[in-house]
Amino acid sequence: MNSETKQQILFGLYDDDEQLLDAVRKAKADHLDIMDVYSPFPVHGLDELLGLAESRLHIAGFIYGALGTLTAFGFMTWVFTRDWPIIFGGKPYWSVPAFIPITFELTVLFAAVGMTFTFYAVSRLWPGADNPILHPRITDDKFCIAFDTTACEEGDVNKLKNFFEATGASLVDVKEV
Amino acid sequence: MSAVVSPIREPLVRGHKTYHQITEDICAPTERAPGFAWVVAFTVAVSFLALYVFAVAWTIWFGIGTWDLNRTIGWGWDITNFVWWIGIGHAGTLISAILLLFRQKWRTGVNRAAEAMTIFAVMCAGQFPLIHMGRLWLGFFVFPYPNTRGPLWVNFNSPLLWDVFAISTYFTVSVLFWYTGLVPDLATLRDRSKGLRRKLYDMFSFSWTGAAKHWQRWEYLSLVLAGLATPLVLSVHTIVSFDFATSVVPGWHTTIFPPYFVAGAVFSGFAMVQSLMIIARKVLNLKEYITLEHIESMNKVILVTGTVVGVAYLTELYIAWYSGYIYEQFAFYNRVFGPYYWSYIGMMSCNVLVPQIFWVKKWRRNVFLTFLLSIFINIGMWFERFVIIATTLARDFLPSSWSYYSPTWVEIALFTGSLGLFFTLFLLFTRLAPVVAIAEIKHILKSAGDQYTGPDAQHGHDAH
Repeated sequence: MNSETKQQILFGLYDDDEQLLDAVRKAKADHLDIMDVYSPFPVHGLDELLGLAESRLHIAGFIYGALGTLTAFGFMTWVFTRDWPIIFGGKPYWSVPAFIPITFELTVLFAAVGMTFTFYAVSRLWPGADNPILHPRITDDKFCIAFDTTACEEGDVNKLKNFFEATGASLVDVKEV
Repeated sequence: MSAVVSPIREPLVRGHKTYHQITEDICAPTERAPGFAWVVAFTVAVSFLALYVFAVAWTIWFGIGTWDLNRTIGWGWDITNFVWWIGIGHAGTLISAILLLFRQKWRTGVNRAAEAMTIFAVMCAGQFPLIHMGRLWLGFFVFPYPNTRGPLWVNFNSPLLWDVFAISTYFTVSVLFWYTGLVPDLATLRDRSKGLRRKLYDMFSFSWTGAAKHWQRWEYLSLVLAGLATPLVLSVHTIVSFDFATSVVPGWHTTIFPPYFVAGAVFSGFAMVQSLMIIARKVLNLKEYITLEHIESMNKVILVTGTVVGVAYLTELYIAWYSGYIYEQFAFYNRVFGPYYWSYIGMMSCNVLVPQIFWVKKWRRNVFLTFLLSIFINIGMWFERFVIIATTLARDFLPSSWSYYSPTWVEIALFTGSLGLFFTLFLLFTRLAPVVAIAEIKHILKSAGDQYTGPDAQHGHDAH
């Protein structure tokens, strides 16, 4: 996010998800300030350990869906009662049952498209996004804990390195992003 | 996703894989030069695609008079193909969405490829109503956009317009769902590659990092999209069936159509998944990820949906007799004994009789038999749509306008050509993206794989 100043990241890789969870538990107990945790697949139990708030994506999804419902139903109502009323098959102008399929489809469409785009936008994921890739094996089989050490003194950095050693990290490295 | 999987269940990932081996195995087909089988298959597929392009061009240039449709039989192979392709698409969404909601872990081995199949099948399906319009360049008239003709709006009360909305929504949501699942795996491919390839995969993986918050949101998104896709997939074929059911044509005007179409769609879709997966697991060497357990599970779905479809066929006949309405009775008499009796026989034998052999466990687990049967079912389900469409139209209310229809070479080329389009896309997909969802397989490795670590795990026991 701060593109002008380089960020220094100290990270350690673990070989197993259980090991990662144990390490995160220990980091919490030691009051270490974890910047982020990276894994090749969703590790369950990690959210609670890291104290991540529940995602509100589904609320956004509901709002988008409701918008879709209103758009579809409102538009068809306007067209068939105000803008250009036509009688189809002797039915009333405002033939609500016939509006259900399109209303349903647009509800799903708006909710799905809205949620997906919101997901990518808030996660800062898009073509050309420049997110830090700490190690190529993180998307393969390694589980990574990262600390932001930009403003850390040497003593703190050593403390973090000791933490990695104590929790059995298979690789510890520093990366500037 | 904390469902406890019994240790007595068969493992869904075999071969004592490590996470890294899973990555290697599944990425391998995208990273090596294409094999001989792939090149041959691709050449054949592209040849048929060329035939398709030629037939479409021919149709547009000379008009749909080049087809053998006539005043009595206005829908023939075109709409049959449309319904057939849409139906095939349904299995992908069923596997990826409905089985996700039901926590069926066997979906992970096949969901990626099945969803890809859905998308390509819907692409093929969407072409037919467009070509059928005759004046393809006016296809955009189906959308309600402000125009200079009034503005004159489309008819929102028409099932054909509902179809436009249903299928475009279905396609969009399927693509979003599939691609969101694909993003982490494309990042895996990115981190294994260099140079331009790496740049491209970085672009297509949206610079995914695997951060904890991203995974949390990703799982939320997958779950809600599954929740949305589930009623959506049921609605799509329901609406397709409305094209027929809301008409006043005997044989079409039936309330059984929506559930019967949906069951038939899932049935034919699973058959197509089997056809594709059985080849893919062999050619791409994925037998440890797409196991006999997967094949057997899908055969069970085929057996159930095939039987549902069979019950629907018999119910239709019974209701036609029981209604006491001679036009309805004639419509069904005509289906069974009329000029297209052979397609009715094809439909009944391929869809109802043949799948019954899957009551036998040994046959459900026989790969060759499954493949053979999946082809039969694909043919049978094509016949079903043909029976519903052409047979019904051929004998309308006025005997003087009764007619018979057989396809011209253009229509045959359009159908076989659409298979070329489908297989071209599918073969490209196997080269460009992981055919099995890597992250999801890793995720179930310890809960449903052969490295089960949950309660009652049997240590030192080899499941082979």
